[in-house]
Amino acid sequence: MDFLRPASWEEALAAKAEHPTAVPIAGGTDVMVEINFDHRRPEYLLDLNRIDELTEWEVGQESVRLGASVPYSAIMENLRTELPGLALASHTVASPQIRNRGGVGGNLGTASPAGDAHPALLAAGAEVEAESVRGTRLIPIDAFYTGVKRNALEPDELIRAVHIKKADGPQQYSKVGTRNAMVIAVCAFGLALHPETRTVRTGIGSAAPTPVRAKEAEAFLNAALDEGGFWESGKIITPAIAKQFAALASGACNPIDDVRGTAKYRRHAVGIMARRTLGWTWEQYRGAGRTLEGAA
Amino acid sequence: MTTHPEATTQPKATAPVKAQTVPAGTPTKITQGSPTKGGIGESTLRPDGTLKVTGEFAYSSDMWHEDMLWGQTLRSTVAHAEIVSIDTSEALATSGVYAVMTYDDLPAEMKNYGLEIQDTPVLAHGKVRHHGEPVAIVAADHPETARRAAAKIKIEYRELPLITDEASATAPDAVLVHEGRDDHHIGHVPHPNIVHRQPIIRGDADEAAKRADVIVTGEYVFGMQDQAFLGPESGLAVPSEDGGVELYVATQWLHSDLGQIAPVLGLPEDKVRMTLSGVGGAFGGREDISMQIHACLLALRTGKPVKIVYNRFESFFGHVHRHPAKLHYEHGATKDGKLTHMKCRIVLDGGAYASASPAVVGNASSLSVGPYKIEDVDIEAVALYTNNPPCGAMRGFGAVQACFAYEAQMDKLAAKLDMDPVEFRQLNAMEQGTLLPTGQPCDSPAPVAELLRRVKSRPLPPEQQWLAAGSEGTSIDVRALPGGLSNTTHGEGVVRGIGYAVGLKNVGFSEGFDDYSTARVRMEVINGEAVATVHTAMAEVGQGGVTVHAQIARTELGVNQVTIHPADTRVGSAGSTSASRQTYVTGGAVKNSCEAVREKVLELGRTKFGTYHPAWATAELLLEGGKVVTDGGEVLADVADVLEDEAIDIELEWRHRPTEAFDLRTGQGNGHVQYSFAAHRAVVEVDTELGLVKVIELACAQDVGKALNPLSVLGQIQGGTLQGMGVAVMEEIIVDPKTAKVRNPSFTDYLLPTILDTPTIPVDVLELADEHAPYGLRGIGEAPTLSSTPAVLAAIRNATGLELNRTPVRPEHLTGT
Amino acid sequence: MRVNFTVNGRPQEADDVWEGESLLYVLRERMGLPGSKNACEQGECGSCTVRLDGVPVCSCLVAAGQVEGREVVTVEGLADYAKHREDAHPGGGCASGACGTTLDAAKRWQSKPTDGQAGEAAELSPIQQAFIDAGAVQCGFCTPGLLVAADELLENTPSPSDQDIREALSGNLCRCTGYEKILDAVRLAAARQEEAVQS
Repeated sequence: MDFLRPASWEEALAAKAEHPTAVPIAGGTDVMVEINFDHRRPEYLLDLNRIDELTEWEVGQESVRLGASVPYSAIMENLRTELPGLALASHTVASPQIRNRGGVGGNLGTASPAGDAHPALLAAGAEVEAESVRGTRLIPIDAFYTGVKRNALEPDELIRAVHIKKADGPQQYSKVGTRNAMVIAVCAFGLALHPETRTVRTGIGSAAPTPVRAKEAEAFLNAALDEGGFWESGKIITPAIAKQFAALASGACNPIDDVRGTAKYRRHAVGIMARRTLGWTWEQYRGAGRTLEGAA
Repeated sequence: MTTHPEATTQPKATAPVKAQTVPAGTPTKITQGSPTKGGIGESTLRPDGTLKVTGEFAYSSDMWHEDMLWGQTLRSTVAHAEIVSIDTSEALATSGVYAVMTYDDLPAEMKNYGLEIQDTPVLAHGKVRHHGEPVAIVAADHPETARRAAAKIKIEYRELPLITDEASATAPDAVLVHEGRDDHHIGHVPHPNIVHRQPIIRGDADEAAKRADVIVTGEYVFGMQDQAFLGPESGLAVPSEDGGVELYVATQWLHSDLGQIAPVLGLPEDKVRMTLSGVGGAFGGREDISMQIHACLLALRTGKPVKIVYNRFESFFGHVHRHPAKLHYEHGATKDGKLTHMKCRIVLDGGAYASASPAVVGNASSLSVGPYKIEDVDIEAVALYTNNPPCGAMRGFGAVQACFAYEAQMDKLAAKLDMDPVEFRQLNAMEQGTLLPTGQPCDSPAPVAELLRRVKSRPLPPEQQWLAAGSEGTSIDVRALPGGLSNTTHGEGVVRGIGYAVGLKNVGFSEGFDDYSTARVRMEVINGEAVATVHTAMAEVGQGGVTVHAQIARTELGVNQVTIHPADTRVGSAGSTSASRQTYVTGGAVKNSCEAVREKVLELGRTKFGTYHPAWATAELLLEGGKVVTDGGEVLADVADVLEDEAIDIELEWRHRPTEAFDLRTGQGNGHVQYSFAAHRAVVEVDTELGLVKVIELACAQDVGKALNPLSVLGQIQGGTLQGMGVAVMEEIIVDPKTAKVRNPSFTDYLLPTILDTPTIPVDVLELADEHAPYGLRGIGEAPTLSSTPAVLAAIRNATGLELNRTPVRPEHLTGT
Repeated sequence: MRVNFTVNGRPQEADDVWEGESLLYVLRERMGLPGSKNACEQGECGSCTVRLDGVPVCSCLVAAGQVEGREVVTVEGLADYAKHREDAHPGGGCASGACGTTLDAAKRWQSKPTDGQAGEAAELSPIQQAFIDAGAVQCGFCTPGLLVAADELLENTPSPSDQDIREALSGNLCRCTGYEKILDAVRLAAARQEEAVQS
């Protein structure tokens, strides 16, 4: 095993080009577990800790350019207004110690369906800024997840940042685990209201081979809200609409049975979370929501 | 680009910062210094506390020796198979590897070990019987080198049919997990795949059932729980010049280990010198041998010190677990709420090796009735041999599984009789004098009804604690809700439930086992002050025995400064730190040896000073504050003047009252020496839509006889309570029934409660003395683990209306998914 | 490879480090600092928690090579670290978050040498003393990580609510105590800190 310590982003890209099998390590919260438990012996470890710009973020007009290594704790503390869904998701990640080290770049690089950030990114709308010595490209988040623990990155590419749409309305995030803290998702659900476009976007975690959006549910809800004039009136969403939305979200799942939960439970729980997060965001949109403690 | 110039792909030998020849981290004497003056009954602070908060306390995994090697175990990847061939040549040829050993390299005639039945091979011999069984061991100069070498060992398996449950174990054509059994249980078990069977018959249950107005039955399932002590199995073996070995290890019972280690090394016991290293928790999981023999074998083979440290993954295979159980119960009661009879059948899965299974069967059967008066019973408990992971000792063993089932039965009966569940229990609660199903009378206080009254009368925690009034209106604190930080509910679907349970646990080793401990106590004068040293082989696993021993010595000898000598095999056996027995038995031994030392001091005093004061001959004399005093408080002499240069040094064994074996047909016999009782009230909030549970409060009341150290008593009760809660709502080792492989050997998927899952645990301590026990004390460690689980289950049933006959409860059970 | 970093205020160097080694392994096996504990090696128990440039992290998940040139505080240095903070900011704690221990300050600070006699260098930080006094230590294997995490909590939140304590310590598993005495210890340390400010 070789340990590569690039001092700059350019050096990192050059190293990745030279050694495409090199495994990037930033927070280490995925990679080191695999090394400690002898699940992985990469030929090269590519340390990204020396590259300061990866831990920086810029708040632009439309979106936040979030450096790949910005730790979850920094997102919780600093970006609650711009990225409320991701801030909530960040708060559910593992433990305080892990949130101090791990970042969204790692979640994307690992591309585990159970990664906590994915549903929030899908719901908010995001693009992954991938870079190599050949150049930079922006990969839409919907096209990023290509299979179980597989993503759209080329072997010579590294994740520089994620461009996440700034919230133009309330966002929520829920995750089911069988413990009240420090738990991997059995399944998770993110929801963002986009009043500017009068649309709703969603993200489902750990209930399909990849993180997915509940597109039928979104389409149904967008139409129902539009037809009922809900955006203008701000009236309470009828239980029938919420129920149908939940059922469609549930139907968007393609889960498995595993030690963490059954497929049937995952479908069920995603439906419940869809209904609840819709209720919470809509209450916030109506200006009737209550503040939250302990959540982002 | 800064690829480091010295980057290398081959790990090098450990380069220590400081060189030394004695192992670093060798346990040091723990001295409780002058600021502490406490005798028994005071909450004196731990003598090892400072070392533990500064990081200096030497746990077994902290041991380090110049020139040491690292041991690695290769374990089976299948659960039941013949070993067709093993090829170690490539591993042996690896640079940095010093030894590779398999069964063929074992040096002695004896190649097996075991707590009671020596059925466990040190390294697999021609066959593996469970997933993760040790097949080969490697020593190398770096742990990574050892891992890589172990991975190069080629093993060819031919898989055998799997025995995974009672049906497959006792089928007519069942493969035998152990061929040719000749242990002392084979004569009375109905099938060779049954380790041990214990029936208990008293009265006539069938006849009594005719008097019952209501009868309830239930089938209950208890999942496999892991001790999950935080300090992984580890230790250091150092070969010595006389051909023997020094072993520094974390264990629960040094002498039991010694008796199993020496024969397979082919060494006399005096050439295997064991010292207890710091123990990172135990809970039963260190009762069996783990890496001890492997480290010694590699050290003796290579002539170098060998350290073995399991990681968490290996730890799940490195020790036995709590027996999963299937329990069938039938209870009857009259319409005025009196229990008429009980029948039960308890099937415990012992896994591939016997470990403590026979004792677990004895406990499960003899305690299966719980703390209730039932005269007519028909009880049977068995432990199976299967190809599942071996199971053995864990806090409350046997009694825990039974308590889960009989407490569910009590609630069902109360519901059927339309009675309050607590009143129903109180109506049938055993008392001092009650005969247990074994025919043994309970001859010390049994405040079962009172414990229940106490938890019930406690005020309930406020409702909706997640709502907090703030300056900007009401806010919601998700940390107080089911789901916690995961933000799954803001109150939707949340229903509160309340449940009660009470349990019965034996204390100490039962069934005629010669249960004793040994204490060596030395008293001498140093710098003009009388001081004492207590030396036992008691394993301090965190419970606080070292604190209590010093307190006993102060009380008995009137000294301030007490040194606790490191536990080792240079003093007689202390028995195991298990069965809630150490304060009773080794505490009793320390008290006994102190009394003998005190007598010697007084004898010496009489000889030297007896003529100066008549009280030397006539009064009851005590040692207090470094002086000989009369029971009226008159000072007769300074101990320093009595002793001068003489040291009094006495080592004695001490035994509790003997017990008897249970009759193999009827289960009758005075099998237990003491019982302990705890009751819990659980208050839970359940998100009924998502099936998530938040335990809000777990109130406990327990009789401890005498609290030698009240602070430690609370710590034991709260810790035991939380372990019981863990197996109610999240903890389970999941074994794939198709492959008998463990599916979740990690802390990612075997979940322990975090501090955010933990309820408040108010404790009400009763002190009703047991006149037969030292200071009237009662063993306390296990009882709170029993009743906690069924109380939580009862509360969840209360919230959801579901039957829930299985623990742990998973979200899918609560949502029907 | 060779790795250089500062531990508890002292420069340290480790040679022949295998590239897959964690910071935890290097501390424990190469630097003679086994206080940080190896309970799970997968970031699920917090027993190995150290401060890395002031931030609490699981040292089992930091590759040794990533620590090159950085500052680490372990439980062995916690008492001195807390004393330094107390000297710099009397009364302890800093709700603003701006006055913890800065990197520059940490660099100026040197750990006192101890004589190696176990148990005798007994000047403890307030949180260490509170853990002993409240009975929060049983087997003690989780204690070092909990102390580092709890000390950081009190540095930034001098008067935490119970839920704050629970959240801050939710990454540290304890198997012995049922956590009640650990909560007591943090409350006790916070109360003593408050008294010190008021007096």
